This record gives sequence, C-alpha cells and structure tokens, in this order.
Amino acid sequence: MVEQLAQTFGASTQTAYDETTLIVQTEQLISLLETLRDDPQARFEQLIDLCGVDYSDYPPGLTEHPERFAVIYHLLSVSRNDRIRVITYVAEDRPVVPSAIDVFACANWYEREAFDLFGILFDGHPDLRRLLTDYGFIGHPFRKDFPLSGHVEMRFDEKKGRVVYEPVSIEPRVTVPRIIRQDHDS
Amino acid sequence: MTEIRNYTMNFGPQHPAAHGVLRLVMEMDGEVVERIDPHIGLLHRATEKLAESKPYNHSIGYMDRLDYVSMMCNEHAYVLAIEKLLGVTPPLRAQYIRVMFAEITRIRNHLLWIAAHGLDIGAMAVFLYAFREREDLCDVYEATSGARLHAAYFRPGGVYRDLPDEMPKYSASSVHGEKETRQKNINREGSVLDFIESFVERFPKCVDEYETLLTDNRIWKQRTVDIGIVTPDRALQLGFTGPMLRGSGVEWDLRRKQPYEVYPELQFDIPVGSTGDCYDRYLVRIEEMRQSNQVISQCVDWLKNNHGPVMIADHKLAPPQRTGMKQDMESLIHHFKLFTEGYSTPPGQVYQAVEAPKGEFGIYIVSDGANKPYRLKIRAPGFPHLASLDEMARGHMLADVVAIIGTQDIVFGEIDR
Repeated sequence: MVEQLAQTFGASTQTAYDETTLIVQTEQLISLLETLRDDPQARFEQLIDLCGVDYSDYPPGLTEHPERFAVIYHLLSVSRNDRIRVITYVAEDRPVVPSAIDVFACANWYEREAFDLFGILFDGHPDLRRLLTDYGFIGHPFRKDFPLSGHVEMRFDEKKGRVVYEPVSIEPRVTVPRIIRQDHDS
Repeated sequence: MTEIRNYTMNFGPQHPAAHGVLRLVMEMDGEVVERIDPHIGLLHRATEKLAESKPYNHSIGYMDRLDYVSMMCNEHAYVLAIEKLLGVTPPLRAQYIRVMFAEITRIRNHLLWIAAHGLDIGAMAVFLYAFREREDLCDVYEATSGARLHAAYFRPGGVYRDLPDEMPKYSASSVHGEKETRQKNINREGSVLDFIESFVERFPKCVDEYETLLTDNRIWKQRTVDIGIVTPDRALQLGFTGPMLRGSGVEWDLRRKQPYEVYPELQFDIPVGSTGDCYDRYLVRIEEMRQSNQVISQCVDWLKNNHGPVMIADHKLAPPQRTGMKQDMESLIHHFKLFTEGYSTPPGQVYQAVEAPKGEFGIYIVSDGANKPYRLKIRAPGFPHLASLDEMARGHMLADVVAIIGTQDIVFGEIDR
C-alpha cells in the first residue's frame, strides 16, 4: 500500500524502528494526505501530531535534508491500527506549505504552533496567528539560530508604572557540550 | 423593544475554573456562546527547546512538569522513546513497576480531575473525598521516589531504584495523639507494596462513594448530560484521544491496541461511552479508575512473587553501584562519563506514544547521534482537546463552558509546554 502510494505521489519511503515515513514534495502534500485519509486501504482518520523541524544545524554526512525546514505529520489509523509519518521539506527563503486544515480539522492549532515557533507559513490557513509565545513577540524561537536565552527580558518598572522590555542580560551557558560519538554500536 | 447586543467577554487567565492560566475571549449573544477564542501560551516554557540543550537524562524532570498531575506517564513516554532509539529493553521487574506507577498515576489524575470538575460545576464534597485517596497515592510516590509530585523516577533502561521495604509512618504529636497515630499507621506496617495492596482493596469502595455523590445526582446530571456532544467521526477529525475519544464511543486504547511494556499480560477492560457528552466522559473516567485499580492489583501480585534487577546492567546507560565505583577503575570511568557527558543515541527519528490519563501522550525525537536530542516534540493530548473547545461550546450557555473545560481535563503544563 505504502509503496503504491509513494509511486503515485512521487514520494520516497523509509522504514526505521518499525515506523514508516513518506517524504513528499510540498505540491503533492495535500492530495497525499487526502488519499491517506480516504483510501480504503489506508484510512488514516486522525492527524495525531504536526510539527516543524529546523535542520540548519544538523551535522553533514548523516541523512540528507534537502531544505532547512521540515514539516512532519504523524497520522494514526484507528480502524486499521497503524501509524505513518509524512514529511515535507520547505525552503528557508520561501517557507510555505499548503494548510492541511481541510483534511484534518485539528491541523488548525498545530499549524499555528509551527508558524509561531518556526515561521513556517501555511497557505490557506484562515487564522494564522501566534499561539504559544507572548503577545507582540518578535522572532521564531525554535529556529536553531534563536538563542536559548532569547533576545529580550521584561520586568515591572515602578517609575513608569508598567512592564518594560530590555535586552536580555543573562549570558548563555553550556553545562554539557553536545558530543557526537560513533561508538554506540559497540 | 430593547436592542440586543453581542458582548465580547474575557474569561481568565486568573479564574478558578480556568484550570490554571486559560484565557478565553468569548463572543456572547446574551448568555449563549457564539464563538470562543482560547488564548494559550501563558505557561509556555519552551520545554522542547530546553531539552535540545541538555543531555537526555536531564530532561526527565521536565517531563514531570508537563502534565503536572500525571507525572510518571509523561516520563514513561519519554524513556520509552529513548529506549526505542537505543534498542534496549528494561528488566521485567522494572516494566511491572513502571506499569504499576503509570496506573497509580492514572488514578491520581482522575481523582484530581473529578475533584476539580466537581468543584467547577457545583459539587463541593467530592473534592474532599477524592483528595483523601489522592493523599495516599502521594505517599506512595514519596516513599518510592522521594517526591510527592515531580518524581523523576523512570530512567531509560529501568527505574531509579527498587520499591522500598518500608513505608514511612506517622508519628504522634501534641495535635495527633498516640491512639489516632496508631490507627493511621495500621496499613503502613509493611512494605510499600503492602501499602499499595491495602489501598487497592479499599479503593473500589471509595469509587462507589464518589458515584453515590454524583452518578444519580440530579444537579450533576443537569450540568453534564447532553453538554458538549461530540460524534465519533468528529472526535477523530478533531484529534481526540483517551477518555475524550472513548466517551464518544470509539474503542481505542493504546494499552490494548499498541501495547507497550507488560500490558499484554494484564487483564483490564476498556470502557466506552455512547452519546459522547460530558456525562459519558465522566462515566468512562470513573470506570477507568476501577480498571486501573485491577491492573495495579495484578502488578502488586507479580511484584511480590518475582524479584530481580530494576535497571539494565549496561553501564553506558545506567550508573554503576556506588561500592563498585569506589573500588574499580572501570566503574569510576563509567560513572564519570555518564554524569558529565551522558549517553549518545544513534541518529534517526522515533515517535513513541503512551496512553496517558488524558489521552495519547507522544514523544517524537529527532537524533543526530549526539548526547542531546536534536529536536524533541511533545504531543500533548490536551492540545487538540482545547483547540476544539470553540466547536464544543458553540450554542451552549456560559455556565456550560466551565463544564466542557472540566470534562476535557485541561492541564496547562502540557498544552503550553
């Protein structure tokens, strides 16, 4: 079934850890999701999760990631008891993905979240506002070039009688460095 | 005739019925809700981003603080995801302990839910009853992990330590006399398992008490029956899981359908609702407490008769014994490396879900082979539930919004992450 779908939609497939992944071009995404939902052999009725990933820091030499951002859809079939993952890559200079809101109603907030945190735009979303960050927040915090400590901090200014924003004063600190070792097979 | 105007009303974020920091902007036509726009993110701590900058084990404590009323279930998903990535299986005893605590956590979550939901829609007494039992389970948590709430007890490869042989006892004071203290310590004479066993024996009667207070209560029924009906198809479309989905009549439970750990060995039933209203979801959760109680009882039986390690012996993952560390070089090196650098996972991506009390709690890890996750995504069950609040509450009265928030079992730690 998966092989057949992959051929129809020009997608590539991967299987690792008993999980099937379909990697699809952005143009084919919505029709693939619709087929996965409606095809009697697939029947993935539920969008369990949708998230963005920023691959800009991913070490070279491992899996190839054609573009900086990926949008990842986790689907669940309640009737067939199966899961599938759909990945589509989007470019940094034009991070636009068609919205899946007409296929799965719960894509609404997930897409708002991915827009908020990664700046990925969902074409056709009726209400693409920020969801998790503060009112008036600037930037997309889960991108790898956004510092962990952020850019601004806020405090209550007694003289002005309101909350003021200032450039962040804490120094970012790495307690345990990121280390990649090749010995995990042993 | 007087002119009727639509009002825009603000609800929360500091309202007691808002379950934390929910802010709703509601468009009202008189007392009828026309549209709800939930504003979330007031508790956003960027857990996922923080986890990217820490070794795997450092984030276990963050998992407790996601859904802060079902702590160990969150840890469970996280350690299972790491184990899947590493390809390790914990010892059988550790699996039973984990499953037992996952079910204890489910009861704890549902007890808090019924208490808060009852308070929200006008049943004061059930709060006091529910917290009486919840206190005992807090004590079990404390005796085992050292913390009453944020346990950080599960580890990739097992659990942090075996169940203790002794249950902490009350001591008499000027306020609580000798006789009263002796009474309170009656079921604390044995081990933690004995205490859990006595709880399991007592608990079905307690659930009966909550049911006496609510199930046939006229006011309770008026507030919940036919409120917030979701059809099975719509529930799937909206991404519902857990009791929200089962309340709508879809028989779906990950513990049974995609079993993890020792769930295939255990006997329990999956309750489902029929109409998909608040009352059905209440009945489903009540029955889940009874079923969880049975699972705990089976785990206690197994744990009493079977002993063994609770952590894998691979010292790349699990710290060596303290005594060994003082005596041989190998253990010392392992200890040092594990606590300064942690362990690395092979590159790849995994998604692991568990049946948390609120629904499917999933962890998606993208690894680049480092000692920290490259990307961690937490699939919180409450997130799609709250997203559908608008649809569920449309056309209902303002007071019903509170009932619907209650039935969704909203906890902001997991929604805002």
